[in-house]
Amino acid sequence: MKSGTLKQVLLITDGCSNKGEDPAAVAAIAYEQGLTINVIGILDDGQTEDVSGLREVEDIALSGGGVSQIVYTESLSQTVQMVTRQAMTQTIQGFVNKELKQILGNNQTIEDVDPEKRGEIMEVVEDIGETSDLEVLVLVDTSASMHDKLQTVKESLIDLSISLNSRIGKNRFCIYSFPGKRKDIQKVFDWSPKLDSISAVFPKLTSGGITPTGPALREAMYQFSKKSLLRSLRNEDEPGREEA
Amino acid sequence: MKMNQAEKKHDLLLKPGMVLKGKWHNKRYVIKRKLGNGAIGTVYLCEVGAKLAALKISDKGTSMTVEVNVLKSLQKVQGSRLGPYLLDVDDWVSTYGNTYSFYVMEYLDGQSISTFIKDNGDVWVGVFMLQLLEDLEQLHQSGWVFGDLKQDNLIVTSAPPRLRWVDVGGTTQIGRAIKEYTEFYDRGYWGMGTRKAEPSYDLFSLVMVFLNIYYPRRFVRSKSGSPSDKQLFKKIDDVKVLAPYRYILKNALIGNYQSSAEMKAEVMNVVHRAQRKTRSQRQAKAKTANKVPFLIETAGITLIAFIYYLISIFI
Repeated sequence: MKSGTLKQVLLITDGCSNKGEDPAAVAAIAYEQGLTINVIGILDDGQTEDVSGLREVEDIALSGGGVSQIVYTESLSQTVQMVTRQAMTQTIQGFVNKELKQILGNNQTIEDVDPEKRGEIMEVVEDIGETSDLEVLVLVDTSASMHDKLQTVKESLIDLSISLNSRIGKNRFCIYSFPGKRKDIQKVFDWSPKLDSISAVFPKLTSGGITPTGPALREAMYQFSKKSLLRSLRNEDEPGREEA
Repeated sequence: MKMNQAEKKHDLLLKPGMVLKGKWHNKRYVIKRKLGNGAIGTVYLCEVGAKLAALKISDKGTSMTVEVNVLKSLQKVQGSRLGPYLLDVDDWVSTYGNTYSFYVMEYLDGQSISTFIKDNGDVWVGVFMLQLLEDLEQLHQSGWVFGDLKQDNLIVTSAPPRLRWVDVGGTTQIGRAIKEYTEFYDRGYWGMGTRKAEPSYDLFSLVMVFLNIYYPRRFVRSKSGSPSDKQLFKKIDDVKVLAPYRYILKNALIGNYQSSAEMKAEVMNVVHRAQRKTRSQRQAKAKTANKVPFLIETAGITLIAFIYYLISIFI
């Protein structure tokens, strides 16, 4: 069985959007197009989890079919990789559930089969998660308030690449920051299987207080579709590669 | 990922004296008390048919299923006691109609390795190292890597003292990516290797388990992104008790051992050497009577430890 490619956007932010369209709505569209949107909200020391600015974090992930988590900067590394892995499992499980419904009839999901069979199904889900290819577009909020956190963000992304490259499946990462100089987002690091060379290119801060999360997500979605278009033109003899 | 809320929910739900009845297998479990929180669930002490057992329950059904799969495959490793024995896997439907997954396993009672060594002496370091390496060898031979090897996942059961594994949730098939890890014990964090499941990953964590005994508050990497070998070597050198094993521990950190057996053989040599020293010292004793009584005592303890170890592998 040839596994397909899972596609994720990982949004790392510390505040609420204040420009452009509703990011949750954009996330919903992206989800329809086969992307998963994961969101990590970073707290400042002393902030509690109820900060209103971070409330949209969960909303974006929910409509984007992904996973969200709000963390303090210290635990960012572990969270980044946990969120990515969980979202992969969640997506694969979604497909498996769809298949199960076809086989077992309506509304049967993994939870409805007995524990023994569930074990066998989860083994398949794990196998797919280990072997499928993964593309992650990282979208980093670089508005002024993120200044102190960018070093940690960089470290946790390198760490993510260590984790994911220990899998059997292939990985590709790219990093965009927002807001960009003239555009909504700015390319920081182009598609590459590893992230260990990002130290040199990590974003210089854009000052200013705007956080156009919605437009940035839309742009990220566009980057994905542009890429698959290019690739499908290039490998027309290899169909089925893009279906996850 | 509303882990905290979920756990709060469990706290509210499972009170001592409550009876849990499985949805599929209809077994009844009486909750005695909470034993602890894991990464994906809560463990309770429970009673089933007048016997004590540990019950882990969570609303994360899929993660629980993955853990159960690991436990099941460990039971297949013949004649071994790798991990707690799995007794039952089932679902529980609360009065509000929410479904939770749970599994029941053998209840292991004991002390943490740190407490045990504090109470019973540093001589046990060698014994536990050998026991752990022996178990890891068996695990690796059957195609698995422990992954999240750390103090919290180990317990010393008594009579005779034996190091057992209590939480095997991070166990990963060799060749895959490590499922679960804790930064202090993870070679990826220290910039000293990948997170690919291979025997050397566990051997790195094993060294950190023993360092943790002497650095109970742990420590963090001095510089991220670059190999921390010098920092870790210094930490080993600063612990007197680990001096005989220094060379071996460092080798394990830099991934010089391909297998647990290879490392075990070298630890065994150290223990043997200590024994030989005792013997020659005993012969010299006639001349240098009472000159080095404490050395003899140390060596004697090492010998006893070695015997204990031998007993423990045959039981």
